[in-house]
Amino acid sequence: MAVSSGTAVVTLPSDTQILITREFDAPRHLVYKAYTTPELIKRWWSGDRGVVTSVDVDLRVGGTWRYVMTANEGFEVAFHGEFREIITDDRIVSTEVFEGMPDAQAVDTATFVENAGRTTLSILVQHTNREHRDAHINSGMEAGLQEAMDDLEEVAVSLRA
Amino acid sequence: MARAATTADAFNAVAEPRRRQILEVLAAGERPVNDLVAALGLAQPLVSKHLRVLRAVGLVRAREAGRQRVYEVNGEPLKPIHDWVKAFEKSWSHRFERLDVVLEEMKAMEERGHGSE
Repeated sequence: MAVSSGTAVVTLPSDTQILITREFDAPRHLVYKAYTTPELIKRWWSGDRGVVTSVDVDLRVGGTWRYVMTANEGFEVAFHGEFREIITDDRIVSTEVFEGMPDAQAVDTATFVENAGRTTLSILVQHTNREHRDAHINSGMEAGLQEAMDDLEEVAVSLRA
Repeated sequence: MARAATTADAFNAVAEPRRRQILEVLAAGERPVNDLVAALGLAQPLVSKHLRVLRAVGLVRAREAGRQRVYEVNGEPLKPIHDWVKAFEKSWSHRFERLDVVLEEMKAMEERGHGSE
């Protein structure tokens, strides 16, 4: 049984940034491994939004990554980027492009900090302007609304039963 | 989300770093403008200009206290921003809940001695 480590915390440190933080009940070498290993990424990256269909990770500076997901609604979304800095178990800097919005390239810095066997993962997303940053957050908004609709549908179905 | 003039909504009002700084200072308690000038290290006309924007969207309220005017923060207009970010936060929470499950399995594997290559 997984120990609940709370929800993700999202803050907006500046007009062009998003900071996502979460603590995990695991040492950082495991969090790092789950974050960078394709077979493991496939199991968590889509969350409740769909199914991950393809993950490529060439984990070296200058190497590229690409994740593809089929969303619950049936459409496909893909993200890709390039690794700029890699410090094993500690820090990864990479670019990130949502292929539906190719002009909005962000730079993501993921840091893994361990304390007493628990690991805090922080992902700082740096966009080049506020419009791209806002569009990035709006993508979550749409997913959130979709989840709300799904929840509503479940409730409606359970009422009918 | 549609945006308009600086004074139209809280999104624009808090887009300016100095105005966020004013809110941070006021979050600790109400203050007269001189305290804000000192805390921010800005000229008073500039601080007053930022306060006008914050008051226009309802993020800051002013009241007369004796001979001076003190300013206090009102968080309510921030709720739409909070809600906007919340949906994004929720989708990351779902990802991380799945990551928790993966990590529990990895920990169990490692404890059994199969985790290290």
